[in-house]
Amino acid sequence: MKECVVLSGKGGTGKTSVLAALADLAARDHKLVLADADVDAANLELLVSPRLAERHDFVGGRVAEIDPDLCRGCELCLEVCRFGAILDGEGLRVDPVGCEGCASCFYSCPANAIEMRDRLSGQWFRSETDLGPLFHARLSPGQENSGKLVAQVKMAARLRAASEKADLLLVDGPPGIGCPAIAATSGAQLALLVAEPSVSGVHDLARILATTRHFGVPAVVCINKADINLTQTERIGEMCSREGVPLLGQIPFDPAMVETLVRLEPVTRAAGSPAAEAVRSLWEELRPRLV
Amino acid sequence: MVVTVASGKGGTGKTLVATGLADVLSGEAGSNVQLVDCDVEEPNAHLFLRPQLHRSEEVTHPVPQVDLTQCTFCGRCAQVCEFHAIAVLSGKVMVFTEMCHGCGSCARQCPEGAITEVPELLGHLEFGRAGAIAFAHGRLEVGQALATPVIRQLKARALPRAASTAMSILDAPPGNACSVVETLRGSDYAILVTEPTPFGLHDLKLAVELARDALGLPVGVIINRDGMGDAGVESFCAAAGVPVLTRLPFDRRVARAYSEGQLWTRVLPEYRSQMLEVARAVRSLTEATS
Repeated sequence: MKECVVLSGKGGTGKTSVLAALADLAARDHKLVLADADVDAANLELLVSPRLAERHDFVGGRVAEIDPDLCRGCELCLEVCRFGAILDGEGLRVDPVGCEGCASCFYSCPANAIEMRDRLSGQWFRSETDLGPLFHARLSPGQENSGKLVAQVKMAARLRAASEKADLLLVDGPPGIGCPAIAATSGAQLALLVAEPSVSGVHDLARILATTRHFGVPAVVCINKADINLTQTERIGEMCSREGVPLLGQIPFDPAMVETLVRLEPVTRAAGSPAAEAVRSLWEELRPRLV
Repeated sequence: MVVTVASGKGGTGKTLVATGLADVLSGEAGSNVQLVDCDVEEPNAHLFLRPQLHRSEEVTHPVPQVDLTQCTFCGRCAQVCEFHAIAVLSGKVMVFTEMCHGCGSCARQCPEGAITEVPELLGHLEFGRAGAIAFAHGRLEVGQALATPVIRQLKARALPRAASTAMSILDAPPGNACSVVETLRGSDYAILVTEPTPFGLHDLKLAVELARDALGLPVGVIINRDGMGDAGVESFCAAAGVPVLTRLPFDRRVARAYSEGQLWTRVLPEYRSQMLEVARAVRSLTEATS
């Protein structure tokens, strides 16, 4: 079983649309498991008509709480907290949004007035789809530990893929290059980087490429909306050959992409559309690397 | 005042709106506008504003260093580390700095005083000017996981000057997690940029939940690429009582200017008055709620 993560550095390049279209083709001949690792804005579920099968709470860490009856007001907690999460107003209290759950205050409090409580940070799910099981999650808005939730989603997906002897685990990655993107990348055999032909797209591709390289995951590139700016498409091509990264496909700007999205279907259902054809040839290039 | 441009989802046009607003405001007489790009994982605003950068600072955070000649391998440091960044084996202490939050608990709790904290580089901050616009952004080091401390430091360094600026515009990272919260904290208003598709709607709902419901900020929506997609976003805004500040049409010339790294409000001046209207609306909506 191989694991392929779709990344882009920046959001909005079409990661999810491209992944759903690839999955739609791959599922015709292979056994798939899908994971949506963009836990703070999970969108893959919109394109694969999931039927919810399991729901689990996600405890993403702990949060400090001060018992006002035990607190002697010595302010040691205020002194040790490096995250500005202890508020001093009418008595000391914890700002749960600022608290990182490091427990420094808990260990420092001479009055044992601080408790560390589990923080319910979101939920994760298994759904069944016509393309295979989908593991996805919802981080409660503003919560920490999205990287940890990504790791949880991926672990559940890998276990299912192993027990079902699936051929391929496809992971929809989050934007950025930080903690959730790193968690989505780790352990994958291949990263498909979806790039957009713009000055910022080129900049973002360089950053995500440096990241996959840093973590030793081989990368391949496809360009989405490739005909929006041919000069920038050419620059991406040059970057790929300079960096020794295969450029596997170019998907043209195609209204069918948005039309199928509004119908909540992968673009491959608009058979014969330019984008669907481009994804088909992208899959032919990818297939020998994955299954 | 501090206005954050956020979106939930990436690629909806946050940077387009933030740079456009900064540009039109900087053209007003006597204005004093600042743009702070808080998307430290993928900062892009500089590609459009092309600021002259004149100052750079490092962002570090303290990570533990264990003096093995004093360590008794008692394991207390590993026990108090909530982030599993330290493991103690017999005769060996392993520190995983990429998991460390720099809280200092291990050093404080070590009974032997064997742990000192040393700075590790998390990223860089850069400051400069793009014409009349004061500019600042941060860059997370590749391979580092923690964007939040870089954003926190960026805001602490850039925003003291906000008191003297008419408007500070923060360009937020995508998503709804901790780095977006760090950006939104202390803002006077949140502009949520979305696109009229099911993806845009899905993420807009989360962004409203975060900015308005969890953080209590006044919010307004800009619908970008209006005319493509469906009417889901419009009906959600009407039902949720979220004002639509403006609608930017799907315009290939805007996409073109953006893809070339051009400032769209310069290339297409017909949008300037529309963006000025947005700035005025935000000002009056903020005054009304404060």
